[in-house]
Amino acid sequence: MTCLPAPFPGQKKLGLVIDLDTCVGCHACAVNCKEWNASGHSGPLSDFEAKSDGVWFNRVHTYEAGEGEASRTVHFPRSCLHCEEPACVTVCPTGASYKRAEDGIVLVNADTCIGCKLCSWACPYGAREFDEDDGVMKKCTLCVDKIYNENLPEEDRQPACVATCPASARHFGDLGDPNSKVSKLVAERGGYDLMPEMGYKPVNKYLPPRPKKTGASCGSKASEEFSLIDLAERRAAKDEIAVKTGAEPTLAKADGKGAAFLRWADRVLSR
Amino acid sequence: MHPAFSVILFTTASGAGYGLLLWFALCSLAAPDWIDRPLALTTLLFGLALVSAGLGSSTLHLGRPERAWRALSQWRTSWLSREGVAAIAAYVPAGLLALAWIVWPRPGGVAILPALLMIPAALATTYCTAMIYASLKTVRQWRNRFTVPNYYALGLFTGALLFAAILRLFGRETVAVDIAVLVVGAATLALKLAYWRSIEGRGASTAESATGLGGFGTVRLFEAPHTEENYLMREMGFSIARKHAAKLRRLCLAALFGAPLLLTLIALLAGGWIAGFAAVLAVISAGAGVLVERWLFFAEATHVVTLFYGARAA
Repeated sequence: MTCLPAPFPGQKKLGLVIDLDTCVGCHACAVNCKEWNASGHSGPLSDFEAKSDGVWFNRVHTYEAGEGEASRTVHFPRSCLHCEEPACVTVCPTGASYKRAEDGIVLVNADTCIGCKLCSWACPYGAREFDEDDGVMKKCTLCVDKIYNENLPEEDRQPACVATCPASARHFGDLGDPNSKVSKLVAERGGYDLMPEMGYKPVNKYLPPRPKKTGASCGSKASEEFSLIDLAERRAAKDEIAVKTGAEPTLAKADGKGAAFLRWADRVLSR
Repeated sequence: MHPAFSVILFTTASGAGYGLLLWFALCSLAAPDWIDRPLALTTLLFGLALVSAGLGSSTLHLGRPERAWRALSQWRTSWLSREGVAAIAAYVPAGLLALAWIVWPRPGGVAILPALLMIPAALATTYCTAMIYASLKTVRQWRNRFTVPNYYALGLFTGALLFAAILRLFGRETVAVDIAVLVVGAATLALKLAYWRSIEGRGASTAESATGLGGFGTVRLFEAPHTEENYLMREMGFSIARKHAAKLRRLCLAALFGAPLLLTLIALLAGGWIAGFAAVLAVISAGAGVLVERWLFFAEATHVVTLFYGARAA
């Protein structure tokens, strides 16, 4: 049912606390997540191939923030935040997306998902990735098949990303319990929500980088901003260079769905 | 947002179909003398074919089209589900209207109730279609006060053009319908221009609010998580160069508004076979124009997830 479960006092809110101060950006969380989930609840997870983008539940970005000496380079793991009020669940037309009342985990039932992709449009955090091979949406399960697995020793019953993190930058626990270790960590370190303006009340919290120790002098003035998004502009620019240098335009090399149409449209519109 | 052809066809064809059915219902209530059996059945067939083509096309967008029926279950929360339920419910008055005209050469009073029901059914379904987009907080160009009015206006305008052409082809000289086309067309144009003005600027979310690192200053993507495009970048990160958008907007203005309104004016003044020819041309031009309009509705929409991938604004 895509109606959200009614909140009740003392409700469990399982989630992650991610420490941006200690994350070293090694991508081990992403890799171990892929490893576990390729054969678990959501498996198999498609990999990058000609016809498929490959589905990962963890993506580790690296950002630069600020200028000069005060600037910071921050590794930033991004995964499902298991929101308290997730729009990805309420927009689902089939009931395949749901939020569990007992622990707050947001899951997709791959047997009833129709692959309409609307949930991925509704999620501001990019938590959901479409599995081209299965034709259904996939997302972080908080390793629901691991954290309750009685066949595993107790200490292993935590999400794969948390278990593998070499810097202990990821913490797992009940954020609904103010006395839990993770809740205390959030209170102590000023844990915060991503995009709070969306109003989806993410359960996962991020711990900010600690203040820099004085005396250190590093950081560079970043003059160039770089965006992977403005692909159309970048391709157009590349093509202009390609025309000048006689190289093959990038669009001409692209293949797959609609590439021929896009090439044609680009040619016509560039006149 | 990636402009998927299946969704473009779905929203434009069903919009025009419900528009046509609505105009037919209005006309059969207000001016039943204009309508005879061949005209009624042609119009209803066209309307039903368009909404069915739209609905069929929408299932092509699904990863698992064979499970499409499941989408009817979550109408309590999901606009997509409500759209499905409303679309199926709208077949009832449309089907009853067609049945009445099949059974009786002049159904008269029998057709009044289904015609009365057809109007709210068409309006409700179009509203649900628009709300699928207008309800998404993540895309500011969709969660916009002009999204619903635009869907209504475009459905009514393209439906009116179709209805005018069908009337012309059946030899009806219907000044009132041509005037309705001109009035609705002008209103639709005004709404579309207002929509385009309203999507200028930036949303509330930034790379700083997305990462929470704004306290240090401007946030820039230093290293992406992966070297290839992923689903998110393909689906949500689709962007159109501004120079292309400007050209496509001009194309849309010419094909969707300029040519059809001019041709309708010609039909109104000329009459006869010229009017029929002009009315058909107007439909063809508007059909191409509305596809461009809907393509832009997706291509110009920016999703906040792109902020994680280095977009400066979304």
